Amino acid sequence: MSSQPILSFQKVHAYYGEKHTVKGVSFDVQANEVVAIIGPSGCGKSTLLRCANRLHEEDPTARVEGSILLNGVDIFQNHADPVVVRQKVGMVFQKPTAFSGLSIWENVVAGRLLKGEKKAGLKEKAEHALKQASLWEEVKDKLNAPGLSLSGGQQQRLCIARALAVNPTAILMDEPTSALDPISAARIEELISELQKIITIVIVTHNLQQAARISDKTAFMNFGELIEFNSTSKLFTNPESKLTESYITGHFG
Amino acid sequence: MILSTRANFRLLRRRRIKDRIMTGVIMLLSLIAIIPLFMIFYHIVVNGISAINFDFFTQLPVPLGEIGGGMGNCILGSIILISIASLGAVPIGVFGGVYLSEYKHERTASLFRWVVDLMMSMPSIVIGLFVYTSIVVPSKSFSAVAGGIALGLLMLPIVAKTTEEVLKLTPLHVREAGLALGLSRWRVILFIVLRGRKSAVITGIVLALGRIAGETAPLLVTAFGNRNWPTSLMQPTPSLPVQIYNYAISPYENWHKQAWAGALTLVVLIFFINIFTRVVFTRNDLGRNTQ
Repeated sequence: MSSQPILSFQKVHAYYGEKHTVKGVSFDVQANEVVAIIGPSGCGKSTLLRCANRLHEEDPTARVEGSILLNGVDIFQNHADPVVVRQKVGMVFQKPTAFSGLSIWENVVAGRLLKGEKKAGLKEKAEHALKQASLWEEVKDKLNAPGLSLSGGQQQRLCIARALAVNPTAILMDEPTSALDPISAARIEELISELQKIITIVIVTHNLQQAARISDKTAFMNFGELIEFNSTSKLFTNPESKLTESYITGHFG
Repeated sequence: MILSTRANFRLLRRRRIKDRIMTGVIMLLSLIAIIPLFMIFYHIVVNGISAINFDFFTQLPVPLGEIGGGMGNCILGSIILISIASLGAVPIGVFGGVYLSEYKHERTASLFRWVVDLMMSMPSIVIGLFVYTSIVVPSKSFSAVAGGIALGLLMLPIVAKTTEEVLKLTPLHVREAGLALGLSRWRVILFIVLRGRKSAVITGIVLALGRIAGETAPLLVTAFGNRNWPTSLMQPTPSLPVQIYNYAISPYENWHKQAWAGALTLVVLIFFINIFTRVVFTRNDLGRNTQ
């Protein structure tokens, strides 16, 4: 494959104050791939993810070196606006984050509605995004009900729909199923495989089986370093690194 | 460790007894706490209701010795004073609270928080005297403006503090979710954080309104009082609490009755402000009982 990667991490270093949490990580994410990042708690995988839409900047002590290219353009370059970067790189969090005070359909198009777009054209957009997130059938009769009235699993799919509704290039997911029951989690996994046709996904997960099930490639991180980046089948069956092997076989982490 | 059935049973019974005793104690204490409230309300209603009639709401106070009259001018005056106070204190207080909660890392925020705490613990008469020297004396007149500003200064820190506390309850990941959609910071604060906590912010405003509606001391030196209808914002302005105070300390039975009626009116007025604010500002407020 010689096509230009959608996301390219190039020698990314991240710091919180004096703490060096990501140490020179480089790998490429191709279009319509699902890439999983695994590793023990505190290994820097969430931090790396947060750098990719510049959300780490919300912490005033955070600092990044290296570059992350989105379609070949560095998201940290001098005049890049984090707001624009975030419109192209969406994010779904560990806990569902439906906005209170907004109905289901308003939640879905919150990224446009709260930026001042007219309500009129947005209902269709909401329907489209809800269908993409396979939530439409469950909510089509109560679109005006509060977003927070949905179950946790439904709220998480609502958040995915909300991320899709701003037409991003890629979506980052930070342990999107770890706060959900097994059935809701399975539905999200199905959804991720479905969404892969239209979008690129980078997912951080603690669940190794999940990474093995849904991802094309997997990055294994430890103490801030990228230990191995390989196709998921290779990494889980025949890892190149001894460290990867002992992690996936449950010897540490 | 396995407990014998007997010991287990005894433990369980002891716990149940303890639970009942504690529940009883808590209920008793809550009851004691609300008794004074009901006694005051009962007293006000019993003493005030007899002097309440249509004239009381529409007429001016009558000179000593005459029968009848009312506190119409004081009711209107109080509404004017509270309106002036809210006009300044609500927007400044709410946005001040937003600043304290959302920009808490900035150095000026801690200075501002310190000022708010200081203002909150300031005796109301001191605020009254401050307005007296800075507004009443230069303008050479007691006025509704001076009274409204004094009440506003009392209201401001309460609104700011409650707004801050309420917004701080919004989890960080909800803010981040808004930012991750590519919304700018101010939109996230205004349309997600503040809107999500709207009803709680309004509760804070209503509490502050209740607090200032009954203030007397600062009004004595700012709005002063007036036996006529308020005609200008730069004139001495009558108010319910000041009129109640003047009548209550008088030696006349008839005036005492009027003072009780005024007190009842004040309580009912605050009640209506409370209901009104909630109904008007929480219409279509989806999901306010969740999260």
